[in-house]
Amino acid sequence: MSPEFSEQTKKKIKEVISRYPRMEASLLPVLHLTQQEFGYLPEEAERAVAKMLRIKPVRVREAVTFYTMLHSQKKGKYHIQVCSNLTCSILGAEKLIDYLRNKLKIEPGETTADSKFTLSTVECLGACEAAPCMQINFDYYGNLDKKRIDSILESLD
Amino acid sequence: MKEKILTKNFGLKNSFKIDVYLEKKGYTAVRKALKEMTPEQILDEVKKANLRGRGGAGFPAGVKWSFVPDVDKPKYLCANADEGEPGTFKDRYIMAHDPHLLIEGVIITCFCVGIHHAFIYIRGEYEAVALRLEQAISEAYEKGFLGKNILKTGFKLDITVHRGAGAYICGEETGLLESLEGKRGYPRLKPPFPASIGLFQCPTVINNVETLSNVPAIILKGADWFCQQGLPGDGGTRIFGVSGMVKNPGIYELPVGTSLRDIIFKHAGGMKEGKTLKAVIPGGMSAPILRADEIDLKMDFDSLVEAKSMLGSAAIIVIDEETPILEVLKAVAKFYSHESCGQCTPCRIGTSWINKIVKRLVQGKGEQEDLKAILRLANNILGKTLCPLGDAAAMPISSIVEKFNDELESSLIQ
Repeated sequence: MSPEFSEQTKKKIKEVISRYPRMEASLLPVLHLTQQEFGYLPEEAERAVAKMLRIKPVRVREAVTFYTMLHSQKKGKYHIQVCSNLTCSILGAEKLIDYLRNKLKIEPGETTADSKFTLSTVECLGACEAAPCMQINFDYYGNLDKKRIDSILESLD
Repeated sequence: MKEKILTKNFGLKNSFKIDVYLEKKGYTAVRKALKEMTPEQILDEVKKANLRGRGGAGFPAGVKWSFVPDVDKPKYLCANADEGEPGTFKDRYIMAHDPHLLIEGVIITCFCVGIHHAFIYIRGEYEAVALRLEQAISEAYEKGFLGKNILKTGFKLDITVHRGAGAYICGEETGLLESLEGKRGYPRLKPPFPASIGLFQCPTVINNVETLSNVPAIILKGADWFCQQGLPGDGGTRIFGVSGMVKNPGIYELPVGTSLRDIIFKHAGGMKEGKTLKAVIPGGMSAPILRADEIDLKMDFDSLVEAKSMLGSAAIIVIDEETPILEVLKAVAKFYSHESCGQCTPCRIGTSWINKIVKRLVQGKGEQEDLKAILRLANNILGKTLCPLGDAAAMPISSIVEKFNDELESSLIQ
């Protein structure tokens, strides 16, 4: 069964495709839009994108399994991505990851039972001046400590 | 007093808006380039300026442009905004605070090389920055700096912002091209170089965001002036990104050739909370590590090569005595084993074996042979891969094991 794209997303996808000299080059932006629509990229969505861009489904699968920001699995409403690279670990990222593991009672890669939070560790986010840092969905949070993490998580409903 | 080239507008209110940029004489370089100069004159000026690539490799931008052949095919520019090198965040500042500076550099470069479609390949995580860039680009279209008939000169140019999706390898120029074509970011065998066969098999220029952002100043003030801001063979300023155990982490735009010690101790305020300096990674994670007694160095490409390290993206990571060197090694090994694209066997297998050994060291189960094995594996990656990621993994890992051998040995099973 083909997944239903909203009219708005269909329009956006059409517009995005028109920016490229070749249709298949728009694969990443189209996948970003598709993931935004469904929350993740189920196989049916991969097939729909392949059809739209007139490429083989395997080409879409190759991309989805290569890029860390594209997900075949559902994530929680808030995807907490804590940087575990060098600058952040010098400034205590590991302790913060442990704190989040205990607080949310999940390991990195897992989602809470209520589907509210997914916890991941990621490589450098490019915000080392504010280390330790994390990204929740698309928002950056820096200069983290336990207290700040508490207040950030409390502000998310 | 030397001038700021790249960060001069950062403190202004709404510095990212075109009205503010125009008020600060923005887009006058585009006017000059398109109306008063020929593409050849622009190329000469940029060549003379010795503008070396700010992404890491340091290749002279003007020379790169001159490699583009005059063929009957479309040509493309890709601004590399992937910024995945750990420790690096300078391009994010340029795009967020002064996106029109980048756009102006892109327009002049495209006019010089005869390009009518440019892409800005920005890492996927920078979504907010990508939106800001898109807003800036629409402003530039509205004011006639982009589109079909720029400043009524007949020159046409479109810019497309393209978001990546999380892969360090896409900062490598041919990995970037593959990714932009809608594929996995597997680097290509070179030659052919992208200048002749690049995006969609067409001639393509790939320059880092900071490199392109220097072009307007070179056009307005000339190559001689630009060289005076830095060194004769390595012109201009660099945006040094300082992070780690320093008082004031952040970006510092300083002349090429500024002393590493001064950047850390004068500009970034010195060590945090009275900590002692242990080591510095001077040019992003790929750069071989320097001990605390090795930082009396000029920060330019050639001086760092002489010191057997690398200026790279000028991202300076400061490490204090209390941080175990094993923790540094762990972060480096983990990163490259995660980011190796998997195409070349030495890198795919080598980085993952090194990572496994380092994990064992961290658990206190390391044996004498392990350090030698790490060096052997690193040496078997070095120079044996399609793209520079292999070297970028091998060099810092070897340097950490060699320079901090005593400390690492003390963590082994005796």
